[in-house]
Amino acid sequence: MKTTDTLTLYGTELRSRLLLGTARYPSPAILMEAVKASGTGLVTVSLRRESAGERAGQGFWSIIRDMGVRVLPNTAGCHSVKEAVTTAHMAREVFGTPWVKLEVIGEDDTLQPDVFALVEAARILGEEGFEVFPYTTEDLIAAERLLEAGCRVLMPWGSPIGSGRGLNNLFGLTALRARFPEVPLIIDAGIGVPSHAAQALELGFDALLINTAVSQAVDPVRMAGAFAQAVAAGREAYRAGPMEPRDMAVPSTPLIGKAFLG
Amino acid sequence: MRATVVGAGVAGLACAVELAERGLTVEVLERTRRLGSGCCSWYAGGMLAPWCELESAEPLIAALGAESLAWWREKFPGTVLAGSLVIAHGRDSGELKHFARRTERFEWLEGEAIAALEPDLAGRFEKALYFREEGHLDPRAALAALAERLTALGGRIRFGAVAPQESERRAEGFLIDCSGLAARDVLTDLRGVKGEMLVVRLPDISLSRPVRVLHPRVPVYIVPRGDGHYMIGATMIESDQATRITARSMLELLGAAYALHPAFGEAEIVEIGTGVRPAFPDNLPKLRRRGDTLYVNGLFRHGFLAAPALARRTADWLLEGREAPEVMQ
Repeated sequence: MKTTDTLTLYGTELRSRLLLGTARYPSPAILMEAVKASGTGLVTVSLRRESAGERAGQGFWSIIRDMGVRVLPNTAGCHSVKEAVTTAHMAREVFGTPWVKLEVIGEDDTLQPDVFALVEAARILGEEGFEVFPYTTEDLIAAERLLEAGCRVLMPWGSPIGSGRGLNNLFGLTALRARFPEVPLIIDAGIGVPSHAAQALELGFDALLINTAVSQAVDPVRMAGAFAQAVAAGREAYRAGPMEPRDMAVPSTPLIGKAFLG
Repeated sequence: MRATVVGAGVAGLACAVELAERGLTVEVLERTRRLGSGCCSWYAGGMLAPWCELESAEPLIAALGAESLAWWREKFPGTVLAGSLVIAHGRDSGELKHFARRTERFEWLEGEAIAALEPDLAGRFEKALYFREEGHLDPRAALAALAERLTALGGRIRFGAVAPQESERRAEGFLIDCSGLAARDVLTDLRGVKGEMLVVRLPDISLSRPVRVLHPRVPVYIVPRGDGHYMIGATMIESDQATRITARSMLELLGAAYALHPAFGEAEIVEIGTGVRPAFPDNLPKLRRRGDTLYVNGLFRHGFLAAPALARRTADWLLEGREAPEVMQ
């Protein structure tokens, strides 16, 4: 077994398996504290087209840049290939990184990824030199197509964005993990509480991206710390090799030495 | 004793009135040509909702807000004390629970009680939160009333005037800068948060108090302005350019109003407004001294809610040397 346990994404080693989204915090100051408490080395930032002007949005972005963590810009809210590609271009300009979390939303109520458009956008961006982190479902074939399009990381959903319902399709997600043992898989979306996070890591997922569960907690900073502990525990449990569940009880006290009464 | 206040938004005018009432001769310098043009106070919702704001703000805002609410009731007869109502559509009912967990001084209402408060919403919502002690006002009428009060107290507003340079300042008197985002060259941690709003006219229905419509992505509030007018607001976008509203924001604001009551589909759009709120990284307002200038800034989305309480602290500090650590760094 390896003694060091680091997460490597597109050749970059990260110090934490917890990724944090930066949206909907009560204030940038609380966001900064939550980032510290989470121990994360990578935060996602969504870009609105109107904020990409010369000076617009600079205030918020300079706060993000000053946090000393890597930035993964995302294309949140994009509904088409063209929109996602344009947003990715803007993000590269603003943040100076080839990394992009690619979201192409197919349906507004569930914010479910449009995997067809996603594959197409991933291919275009890959050819342009982007390193793409696609937000996808647990669908095996979609995953395969994304890898063929050049993605070297996948971000399957746990459940719909912001729903806090945890891992909705355990069978599908474990099948995805088993099918692509060498590809970094980051659970993105739907995590509600730290136990969901621990479960994902125990199942062998490489990392998690969390936003709403932290930003909308009553105390976001404390919740960020709780998630950090859950992610660490889940990962350690995975590395330790969990026992297999059994159908029958097995005594945990050895019989030898038990007193004979009677 | 004299005081010069820079900026005729709600922060500047509240400071000016407070200082004038304590006996100072106050002059307000406003760079634009008329009251309200170019300041984000003009586009405010005018909700005096200290306890609703706890949903996303620190307890300090509720404390300042409760104090300000009393100030407005005393100084501005147009202050309405009719509470505020918070509702969510069926499938977003979790948002109401979430809101209730973070806020205080409300009661849960069921269908009939909602209808008793707002007859036009009868049968549309099963549950609501009612913040009985909250109020609202028309920000534009309130700004005009403050300006009038200042004049009555012997003060004046000079329009089209910029802040005096250091060299041309008179030695005596205080200088209080309430110029919002324009002060960002000195207060370098200020940033802008864009807001967009609409005013519509709809005589067909009547609402007596601000209604907040919760939604996981697009929370919107609707504030009655009297005479069949309603303010619908307001977006919060990390941007310091308020050139114009986007189609998406307009859709979201109107969609929320239409979902509150389909009659809003027939409303006339009277005005589309955008402004940029000045905010510090913790989204809390501050008093800061730089050289011989006292800055009152960072009121964020809490202009009318926080300005009077800040004006009092400004006067206490300048005239009595009493500091207010909760708003000073």
